[in-house]
Amino acid sequence: MTRELTCIGCPMGCELTVEVESGVAVSVSGNTCKIGENYAKSEISAPTRVITTTALSADERPVAVKTAAPVPKGQIFECLEQIKATTISLPAHIGDVLIESVCGTGVPVVVTRNVE
Amino acid sequence: MREYDLIVVGGGPAGLAAAASAKRCGTDDILILERDSELGGILNQCIHNGFGLHTFKEELTGPEYAARYIEQVKELGIPYEVNTMVLDITEGNVVTVINKERGVESLKAKAIILAMGCRERPRGALNIPGFRPQGVYTAGTAQKLVNLEGVVPGKEVVILGSGDIGLIMARRMTFEGAKVKAVVELMPYSSGLKRNIVQCLDDYGIPLMLSHTVVDIKGKEKLEGVTVAKVDENRTPIPGTEEFFECDTLLLSCGLLPENELSRSAGVELSRLTGGPVVDDDLETNVAGVFACGNVLHVHDLVDFVSAEAERAGQSAAEYIKRSGSRPQGRTIGVSAKNGVRYTVPSRINVDETTQDVHIRFRVTGVYKGASLVVRSGEHELLRRKTRILVPSEMQDLTLKAAALAEAVDDLTVEVEGGAEA
Ligand SMILES: Cc1cc2nc3c(=O)[nH]c(=O)nc-3n(C[C@H](O)[C@H](O)[C@H](O)COP(=O)(O)OP(=O)(O)OC[C@H]3O[C@@H](n4cnc5c(N)ncnc54)[C@H](O)[C@@H]3O)c2cc1C
Ligand code: SF4
Repeated sequence: MTRELTCIGCPMGCELTVEVESGVAVSVSGNTCKIGENYAKSEISAPTRVITTTALSADERPVAVKTAAPVPKGQIFECLEQIKATTISLPAHIGDVLIESVCGTGVPVVVTRNVE
Repeated sequence: MREYDLIVVGGGPAGLAAAASAKRCGTDDILILERDSELGGILNQCIHNGFGLHTFKEELTGPEYAARYIEQVKELGIPYEVNTMVLDITEGNVVTVINKERGVESLKAKAIILAMGCRERPRGALNIPGFRPQGVYTAGTAQKLVNLEGVVPGKEVVILGSGDIGLIMARRMTFEGAKVKAVVELMPYSSGLKRNIVQCLDDYGIPLMLSHTVVDIKGKEKLEGVTVAKVDENRTPIPGTEEFFECDTLLLSCGLLPENELSRSAGVELSRLTGGPVVDDDLETNVAGVFACGNVLHVHDLVDFVSAEAERAGQSAAEYIKRSGSRPQGRTIGVSAKNGVRYTVPSRINVDETTQDVHIRFRVTGVYKGASLVVRSGEHELLRRKTRILVPSEMQDLTLKAAALAEAVDDLTVEVEGGAEA
């Protein structure tokens, strides 16, 4: 089976053509770099995404955060809920860890904007 | 009157990179002016990732990308003043500013870099009939509300225009628990990046309705819903195709306009095609010593290109100051857009003075598959690049070698050749 994907690795958005055999990508073409090949492989077997959102401080100020690595696509809303339920303490600095392992994924949630 | 070698107007990524570059090229006496309460520009509200892949070889969020340049500016010891808005730039490079504590003040500079960024097309400029009820926002305003103020504007959303901010906000509102019913786009193609369509719409099953528009807004005080219709090839709504969407929020993502009131007052010539200043390869405007870079020059989709362009502007300004304010002498050739190309930046090149490669940045007018981008000087071909797909939403960047330019006699043209128009 052949599947057409658009790489989300960078804003170039390369159009990828993937040969899939029993749920696994066996060959990838159309990518400009290695990221595209890796993206196609994981997109076919276990799609993941980086989440960017905000967490609120005790006085309800939003602080930008992200998952430090991609998390399984199916767990995005579960992760968002945990982030929303966590209060962030101020001041917050880029790289501060808000959650060590979000929803047991092993992926930390880190601060992406300095808020004093 | 306070006097400086270089004043940079705007503390977004363009202004920061320009200032850092000028400093590294030997200009010591610099001042950055920013009207907001902090540096970083529009990136502070762009909390999604996808910035900096070219510059830093890693994927950063907007505030993280901005922070790297803010750190550089601080490390280089470049002074900046926030909460300071530039009101006017007049002859002799006099910059009039207003600041809450100090009031109105005039500053003078040998060179000025314009880096004011752009603003969103206001909703009044859109041709939607009906009232203007509460619940209609530009996508960027909504982004600011959600990401910087922690306020989510609504629960049921329709987005008009498929620019990147609209796509990003479709996902952002979904994350905040809102239901995004549709993204409606007048053109037969999206004006946003493909990756954003995949990861902001497709991932969440949000429909993208191409060749559609909003024809009616319902609700007097508060928005109750919008009527969407299909349009024909002349972008005229087709009767009988109307569909009503109940919603309390309509976001408008209908494009950005360079912010050039100041440039105009400074006597800078503006391009009708880009809405930004007309510049040469030094990014210098028609006014000697006034340079421009970033979104104020032409609307960018990639901040990496903004930083690269700004570095060149900073370098040029530093050289201008070293030459004690004289323009490069010698031969100038024009650069113009031809078949399939909407505009070019720069629009002229000082060929005799060019000792470095020149980037020509531009946008195409339609979607082309398998076409080539060709730069010619008269009949002579200087550069040809084969492409797989060209879309208007992605800025193109061709590099002309200094050696090739030194030989060029006739004006340059940039065009799309061959391939199929999709
Ligand atoms: C919503 C949105 C999403 C984007 N997403 C991406 C993305 O995913 N990836 C990517 O690579 N790029 C993205 N971009 C593009 C990138 O962020 C911009 O191209 C970049 O921020 C432009 O930088 P700039 O410095 O030219 O403008 P800005 O960031 O707008 O900075 C201009 C600054 O000038 C200040 N200013 C204006 N007028 C005055 C005045 N009169 N006096 C004093 N100061 C003034 C403003 O306050 C502002 O701080 C996005 C842009 C937007 C708007
Ligand atoms: S394949 Fe590489 S260049 Fe192409 S979109 Fe993916 S990351 Fe970008």
